[in-house]
Amino acid sequence: MAWTEVVFQYDGSFDGFLCCVYESYINKAFPIAFFSDEECFSLYAVRSVITRRENAQRVMRGLVRQSSPAADLVRRAFLTCMEDKERYLYAFVRKVYAEGGSFLENQSDPVYYPIMRAVRHMGREVEKLRGFIRFSEYNGVLGAEIEPKNRVLPLLRSHFCNRYANESFFIYDRTHRELLLYTKGCSQLLPVDRLQLNLPGEEEVHYRALWKRFYETIAIRERTNPRCQNNFLPKRYRGTMTEFLPVNYEETRAIPTGETAGLPIPGAPDGTPAPGIPR
Amino acid sequence: MDLLDKLAVLADAAKYDAACTSSGVRRGFQPGKIGNTSSSIAGCCHSFSADGRCITLLKVLMTNSCVYDCKYCVNRRSNDTRRAAFTPTELADLTIGFYRRNYIEGLFLSSGVLRSPDYTTEQMIRCLRILRQDYGFNGYIHAKAIPGTSPELVYQLGLLADRLSVNIELPSETGLQTLAPDKNKAAILRPMGQIRDQVVQSKQELVKYRHAPSFAPAGQSTQLIVGATGDNDRHILNLTQSLYKKYRLKRVFYSAYVPVVENSLLPALDTKPPLLREHRLYQADWLLRFYGFRAEELLTEAQPDFNPQIDPKCNWAINHLEQFPVEIMRADYEMLLRVPGIGPLSAKRIVSARRVSHLTWEDLKKVGVVLKRAQFFITCGGKAPSGLRFSPSTISRQLELIERSRRPAAVPEQLSLFDDAG
Repeated sequence: MAWTEVVFQYDGSFDGFLCCVYESYINKAFPIAFFSDEECFSLYAVRSVITRRENAQRVMRGLVRQSSPAADLVRRAFLTCMEDKERYLYAFVRKVYAEGGSFLENQSDPVYYPIMRAVRHMGREVEKLRGFIRFSEYNGVLGAEIEPKNRVLPLLRSHFCNRYANESFFIYDRTHRELLLYTKGCSQLLPVDRLQLNLPGEEEVHYRALWKRFYETIAIRERTNPRCQNNFLPKRYRGTMTEFLPVNYEETRAIPTGETAGLPIPGAPDGTPAPGIPR
Repeated sequence: MDLLDKLAVLADAAKYDAACTSSGVRRGFQPGKIGNTSSSIAGCCHSFSADGRCITLLKVLMTNSCVYDCKYCVNRRSNDTRRAAFTPTELADLTIGFYRRNYIEGLFLSSGVLRSPDYTTEQMIRCLRILRQDYGFNGYIHAKAIPGTSPELVYQLGLLADRLSVNIELPSETGLQTLAPDKNKAAILRPMGQIRDQVVQSKQELVKYRHAPSFAPAGQSTQLIVGATGDNDRHILNLTQSLYKKYRLKRVFYSAYVPVVENSLLPALDTKPPLLREHRLYQADWLLRFYGFRAEELLTEAQPDFNPQIDPKCNWAINHLEQFPVEIMRADYEMLLRVPGIGPLSAKRIVSARRVSHLTWEDLKKVGVVLKRAQFFITCGGKAPSGLRFSPSTISRQLELIERSRRPAAVPEQLSLFDDAG
């Protein structure tokens, strides 16, 4: 029997995607496209896939058996903001099933290359955000906001939980409307639609002023090099960094947080549990 | 003076120090302590200032008062500038406050010499003790060992810090004699030797006893000022190489001299800092550490300075055309590393990819090779790149043109009707 071409409609979760792979193999259906929202308009037959944990796990087990680095890559790539990531991932998964993970040796492999690039893009964003995230203290709790392109919170989790093990903190991802909460040795990722921050206390404002002063002082005027600065610190990160904001930015912010941000990224709707990343 | 002003004065005085890395040590969370050190090899950059340099650590001086009168230095005794000093507690509080907000990766503590090297180092040790012992600070600390400090105090400092550094500043003895009459070469090298030995010793002890104290686990570094004296690149690079070899330094930093003071022995105040030269030295430094080059290969007596128009690796390749072109599918890793446009990462990827598939020019790009430079020096499956015309005599010009487009445009020269005749 030949493979039929279909469009998969699923819930947008990682397990959901794995179930699409499962469906595809069981019913010999080749996905032309993936949809995760309600409205799905296509000339091809639409198959709704119901997420079942055991099916997802079966797919994952198969992947790990073929190649565990490849399985890890699939998990990570699902967090990226790559357009049409499900299609690329599907092709990748098929190749891993067919021939194992040896093609990962060759970075220029046409199936691996797009995945590798997306994961690398995300890796760089994570690397930058480890440094660029700025916390503010609100009544003893540290809080930060970010606006990343990729869903980086699961990847930042272990670093910050490790660094601030004795603190309570949260990081809010405005793009994906997700909140990372940590207190007393436990961390949690939650979908949160909007987050209204308190006004900063006196001490907080003082530290912000100190940091801004340090930041301005440390630059050597004779070496000013905005191009170099932009290369390392792209402007898109600056909207959430203390040194580029007024000390009392919460007061002057024109629009409340929830409305400025929250462009849903296709394939990662709010409230979708993120796949776990091994520490 | 309030804290805000103090911070401004003492950060301003510290800003000419180039070292700002948090690499070389990995320490996870420890119960009851604050923080960890970065898990990535390259450390962690927390911001980039307007000059494009990374800000990793809270870089400040303990005090900018100094008994020395080094002519190139902003903090010299005879300079009329505002003086300030942190109290140990003040600085420790500031570090913790910044660290908790993820502004910084740790503290970079240097100092002017107040009263004597020993007294100054004691102040620094007191601050670091408060941080490490009272606050349980587990992040990164880089401390300056001041030449002339007694070995016992340097040892104490090394037990508290992750990295120590002793700045050589002036790359030659004559430079020291004229510009820094209070310092001498032997006094600078002594603590470097001590640190090297104690780092090795501490590593050995740690193998035997798990709880042995760890002395400067991230090793030591130094800094050389470029452009304040007449030393040529060859001298600086040879010095660098021997420092890496003899003193096992982790890094040598170069700092383009920014004229801060009018002195007949120094470049005039309107001299621009030699940034391009500094850049070329850093490139050469990388070639020494990661590419298996030796200083003698890069610069010779006939050519003692780098060509500012072309990077050191291209420069070397042009002078050694007899070793090229290199066949990508066959050349060994060491030779691949010597090709301009191929780095350790792409060389490794080539070696691994060519085992499973035949590489094309298009693939090389995906693997991360910078073809615009590499194309002159490689063949891929026996083929030269199509459409590229060059001869040994034109390569250097072609490479210069490629480089030029990447650099900010130089100030255009005013055309003159009358050549220098007038």
